[in-house]
Amino acid sequence: MYKIKRQFLAGPYLIWIIGFIILPLLFILYYAFTNDTGTFTLENVTAIADPVHVKSILLSLKLGFSCTLVCLVLAYPLCMILSSFRFKHQSFVVFLFILPMWMNFMLRILAWRLLLSNNGLVNAFLELIGIGRVKMLNTPTAVVFGMVYDFLPFMILPIYNSMVRIKDDIIEAAHDLGANQLTILMKIIFPLTLSGIISGVIMVFVPALTSFVISDLLGGGKVLLIGNVIEQEFMQGTNWNLGSGLSFVLMIFVIASMALMNIFDKDGNGGTAVW
Amino acid sequence: MRKSFLTLLFCLVSCGIFAACSASDSDAENAKNNNTLVVLNYGKYLDESVIRMFEEETGIQIKLEEYESPEEMYTKFSAGSIDYDVVCTSDYMVERLISEGKVAKIEFSSFSYYENIDPEIIEAAKVFDPEANYSMPYFYGTLGILYNTTKVTEEEVQTWNVLWDEKYKDSIIMQNSVRDTFVPPLRLLGYDINTEDFAQLDTAVQLLIEQKPIVYAYYVDETADEMAAGNAAMALVYSGEAAYAMELNEDLSYCVPKEGSNLWIDSWFIPKSSQNKENAQKFLDFLCREDVAMLNFDYVYYATPNTKVLEQLDDETKNDPTIFPSENILANCVVYKQFSKDTTEHYSYLWKMLKSE
Repeated sequence: MYKIKRQFLAGPYLIWIIGFIILPLLFILYYAFTNDTGTFTLENVTAIADPVHVKSILLSLKLGFSCTLVCLVLAYPLCMILSSFRFKHQSFVVFLFILPMWMNFMLRILAWRLLLSNNGLVNAFLELIGIGRVKMLNTPTAVVFGMVYDFLPFMILPIYNSMVRIKDDIIEAAHDLGANQLTILMKIIFPLTLSGIISGVIMVFVPALTSFVISDLLGGGKVLLIGNVIEQEFMQGTNWNLGSGLSFVLMIFVIASMALMNIFDKDGNGGTAVW
Repeated sequence: MRKSFLTLLFCLVSCGIFAACSASDSDAENAKNNNTLVVLNYGKYLDESVIRMFEEETGIQIKLEEYESPEEMYTKFSAGSIDYDVVCTSDYMVERLISEGKVAKIEFSSFSYYENIDPEIIEAAKVFDPEANYSMPYFYGTLGILYNTTKVTEEEVQTWNVLWDEKYKDSIIMQNSVRDTFVPPLRLLGYDINTEDFAQLDTAVQLLIEQKPIVYAYYVDETADEMAAGNAAMALVYSGEAAYAMELNEDLSYCVPKEGSNLWIDSWFIPKSSQNKENAQKFLDFLCREDVAMLNFDYVYYATPNTKVLEQLDDETKNDPTIFPSENILANCVVYKQFSKDTTEHYSYLWKMLKSE
């Protein structure tokens, strides 16, 4: 009796997963491999080789890598500092990370657009201190900035989690055995936080690779990522088949990057296995 | 596993039953109440007192539904959950729906006030409604340059060339919609804005690629606010949006360059699926009436095709080029035609090419 009840509880989740994940994926697969008359074709998938699409996927990869790198460089030292603090309530730190996520990310990006615009606050400040106005908005740099701003918590949380799990005894033991700070960092802290880094990298890189809203809002329609191409095919060009074909290719990129990351994650512990 | 599958099936079936029940409920309600009129219109595009007047005079209840973009209208309309009786939308969308056979003919012979509508605008609307018997013009306007008079002079914006002037690097806003952005290069090259000649389009996109480095951004809805905030010197906009921006910032002005541009006409049509076609025609006739059209003009403040309203306006309003394009400008302006599928796809490709530069 108890068992049946438990299965019943999974019902809503099953409906959710079938209705909103599996079915849409099947639709995309169907559209990706058919043309508008419904006959089988590979054209929509091979369209990725078109110079225009190659350009935008390369730009997506480039911006995705830059965003991930900046997040990692910012997050890692921050996590080391934070984990070395010994607050009475450690959860307060985590609370601080999550705080910005309470507000809708679109609103935060829109706020940045106002700040960075030609007549915005940042430019007004720069003019005041004598540097003069700088064109910041509607450049690839602005897009990377927005991505870093949005995705940084996703890098911090897993790294922080893996770092606080390292027991003080281990580091003390290393000290006793004559290891200096650098050796401790390279031989102990880094390997033990590797799974956290990998989780963080995946959680930042994948949304950065596939994003299109941030590039729309901070790129002023001048930065065309692969996500924007797909959006255009669905919303403006109304070529759902091509849009699905490109989505399919993008999915392969996402899965490949996750698989690649898991190769590095040899121990695979810490509940970070995404693949 | 099997049990959970059964559970799932049960849930799905019950969902289906619920959905079916609620659908038939609303159907019954609609049939009972046939003295109503379901109107689908752009947001803020109809004076509320007009609705009240109509309800008082005829006893017909109006249910007003609003939407933002023609594409959204198309989705709402095609979903078919509500039988709309009368719809107002943009020219090319009317053409699309006519070609899909979803529009019913309007019997203008039964109208008392249809003659108030400017025959010239009806003529211009024949691009998308060749016999002028499927749609009724409501408001019209142009596509032009909204400029900041503190940065750009009036003489400069007399030609589309100004959008290629290096002097205005990073202060030009173009439309983030493919057809509108192609209008300036096509007109500069002397081509028809409805051209389907790929060679002409390819030449036009080269001009746009040349222009891209000096463009501040490609915006749609943001344009008016960005211009009002003074973030750019010039923007390619519709006259309606220009009027809105000029209300926010008095330094702004609007001009249609001499090479010509797009003329847009928002029109009413009656869907074939309408349950109250007679009421719908009464409503359209009512909208043509002088006092009603005046109320709507005062509320919306776009160019009205109603000649009786035009006669009553003072010279300042009549000669305001933001609202009423002058004769010689209008002579160079053309209504968009719906493209063939091939051209649409080519346009979409050129657009990606421009954006990925």
